Amino acid sequence: MDSDLLLPRPEGLYCPAGDFFIDPMQPVARAVVTHAHGDHARSGSGLYHVASAGTLLMRERLGAESVIHAHDWSERFTLGDTSLSFHPSGHILGAAQVRIEGRGKVVVVSGDYKRDPDPTCAPFEPVPCDVFVTESTFGLPIYRWPSMRTVVADILAWVDECRDRGVPAVLFCYALGKAQRLLAELATRTDRTVHLHGAMLRLVEVYRNAGVHMLPTVAVSESARGKDFAGELIMAPPSAAGSPWMRRFGKASTGFASGWMQVRGARRRRGYDRGFVVSDHADWPGLLRSVDDCGAKRIYVTHGDGEALVRHLRDTGHEAFPLRSLGGTLPESRSSEEGD
Amino acid sequence: MRRFAALFEALDRTSSTSAKRDAMAAYFAEAPAVDAAWAVYVLGGGKLKRTATSTELRLALAAETGYADWLIDDSYQHVGDLAETISLMLPGTEDGGDNVPLHVWMEARLPSLARLEPSERIELLREWWRPLPREQVFLVNKLLTGSLRVGVSHRLVVQALAQWADLPTDLIAHRLSGTWKPTADAFLALAGPERADEHAGERPYPFFLASPLEQDIDVLGSVGDWLAEWKWDGIRAQLMRRADGALLWSRGEERLDGRFPEIERAALNLPDGCVLDGEILAWTLDEAHPLPFAALQKRIGKLKPGAKLLADTPVRLMTYDLLELDGQDLRERPLRERRAMLAALVEGHGPTLALSPAVDASTWEALTAVRHESRERRTEGLMLKRLESPYRVGRKRGDWWKWKVDPYTVDAVLLYAQPGHGRRSGLFTDYTFGVWEGDTLVPVAKAYSGLDDAEIGRLDRWIRAHTIDRFGPVRSVEPTHVFELAFEAIQASGRHKAGVAVRFPRILRWRTDLGIRDADKLDDLRRLASG
Repeated sequence: MDSDLLLPRPEGLYCPAGDFFIDPMQPVARAVVTHAHGDHARSGSGLYHVASAGTLLMRERLGAESVIHAHDWSERFTLGDTSLSFHPSGHILGAAQVRIEGRGKVVVVSGDYKRDPDPTCAPFEPVPCDVFVTESTFGLPIYRWPSMRTVVADILAWVDECRDRGVPAVLFCYALGKAQRLLAELATRTDRTVHLHGAMLRLVEVYRNAGVHMLPTVAVSESARGKDFAGELIMAPPSAAGSPWMRRFGKASTGFASGWMQVRGARRRRGYDRGFVVSDHADWPGLLRSVDDCGAKRIYVTHGDGEALVRHLRDTGHEAFPLRSLGGTLPESRSSEEGD
Repeated sequence: MRRFAALFEALDRTSSTSAKRDAMAAYFAEAPAVDAAWAVYVLGGGKLKRTATSTELRLALAAETGYADWLIDDSYQHVGDLAETISLMLPGTEDGGDNVPLHVWMEARLPSLARLEPSERIELLREWWRPLPREQVFLVNKLLTGSLRVGVSHRLVVQALAQWADLPTDLIAHRLSGTWKPTADAFLALAGPERADEHAGERPYPFFLASPLEQDIDVLGSVGDWLAEWKWDGIRAQLMRRADGALLWSRGEERLDGRFPEIERAALNLPDGCVLDGEILAWTLDEAHPLPFAALQKRIGKLKPGAKLLADTPVRLMTYDLLELDGQDLRERPLRERRAMLAALVEGHGPTLALSPAVDASTWEALTAVRHESRERRTEGLMLKRLESPYRVGRKRGDWWKWKVDPYTVDAVLLYAQPGHGRRSGLFTDYTFGVWEGDTLVPVAKAYSGLDDAEIGRLDRWIRAHTIDRFGPVRSVEPTHVFELAFEAIQASGRHKAGVAVRFPRILRWRTDLGIRDADKLDDLRRLASG
């Protein structure tokens, strides 16, 4: 049974054969953590196993006192009756898929992943397996990402337009992963300094320390009072939208970089002027391609609604199930408003 | 079409009304008049007669992409807009592609579908889609299925035209009113010099609309400066008497000809060259009260009402205002004078052309007391109009106020939810609420508005996690949350499961302090309906 290796529990996804949790939401004895986003990496567990490439970020998230065991890509290590290894998922810096071998079977838990190139992290590695647990944040065929080249050109054209109109361009995006990816992609086309919200400074620093080449940045708070930001590109987390922090920019033009921006209603609801379709998750073709690439006999789908992906995989001859069908209960799954 | 697509994109990418106005004015100056005319038409909310069904569009999409019907449906439920769903699911063409002018789409291509068999329509749609870039696929499908909805009001289009033509907005609004035909000549005529007899035709005058009174009543100054009338719950209409007959226009500037023959007949007794503003109401002749709006709805739907319907549900025009007399535009004259002329004009025309009575009160306190009778009189409250005011264009604050009575309220339990459309696509925002009948919760109202974005997000997550059952896009949820709903009227209804129908329901607040046992009972609603 697959439930020997995977069992949804209120704390997170549990592996009975290895006695560890993957991305637990509550403190547990042994945690295997795929990546440093807040809905995957939570502090308080006794011991963490992570991929080496993500160690700096994990330290940032889990705190200096946490006990972290780092493993290189593909390095085998043993937990209980299982042998584990980490493989790049292409999601953000250090983001990993977890390969679990035990009871005569290989299971791969993808964590969050994408198939599009990203200069800030190692690309997704297809790992052959019997059972593949895939995310499905954007599990509908309406989600097909445009090329990053087009999006970068759109962002730069927007900033130019803002400069002509004499207004600041405030680009909202997630502070971990998306911000650094955009700064790295923009660096291929321009060398202009980007102004950053305080919540992004530390994380950009960590990426720089990990050797990622990005545009020069300066903290918004470092600018003199009353500075004119007209024509400048400012990056801030979505939580800053509509906050008093925005007042300093006057009549700014606002944009949001997220996979959700594919749908016009999602952008209009949030009141952004511009939506840029950039995601660190797999789009529909990316999900299907990954299922094929790993050659798994059985697919479990988690995150997002997932139902359409399960049904489509079944229609096309796969054995596919929602992860929750393994029994047990996972913490509440994310709604269409979360993940990006 | 490329130019119009660029305009659409510019409008869609800004929330600033001045930027939108500038973008439209620039387009009107550049675009060929024949295309600009259609842009005015569709941006102002105009639609073509539908020539392909949603089912045909879905079939065309399925044939073109090979996706299963259920996957197309799931995607549509998520996006909340069929035109957009199609544009997102088709492979799409890189920039460039076809550039068929807007007027060719509107005058030739889209109407031509009507003459085809469904299977031919589907084939033709697929051929049209293939060479189009994604944004044009979206626009063509939008034009085919309904209105554009790009955050541009009719009024803003009028302002942009006024800016382009360098003419007053009121003149442009009048020139566009009624059934404006989008042709190159009509577009160029919008910018023509003003003529003295412009109002004499069949075009209605733009309606003056009242604003809700939100401030205290005494800021309005002396009660003697104001005319108070009941706020009737019917159809606002403009009755035009012209040499060759009578015309009746709705507030939505649609011709109501034929639907209300008794009003048109009575109008023939009016002198040629007059225009009246009023409210169409269903009203039994032997009773002192109007009938509920639902009775009037039976009449609206009937293009040629039969003898029985005419006898059971007679209508009248409760007149408010006189915009034209003897061919003279009176709109700049003060209401005091217009009303005196109106009273003299409709005098002796019987109840079918009645004068909306003035509600007399010598103090605001007295008027406030009278307002409490609104419900008894089957009205929605009072209208307050400044006696010195001209008849303005559109919704201008200051001279006309609607002072509605407080709505009815009920505490009801959330039972079902389904995803919204447009701005609310992908979120569960269309809710059905129920009240108790014995031990069962019976659905009584659907409401879409009243929660803020944070509450909508919270409720959306909760609904996803607490779904009991699914019926297509509709989810039934565990009865848990109680909401206070407001509504304007309630009446017995055989068509509704609960036996009552509420009018204009909306959410007042999320009653997190109440449990489902605290929700109201159906009997309470029935009592209101019979009261």
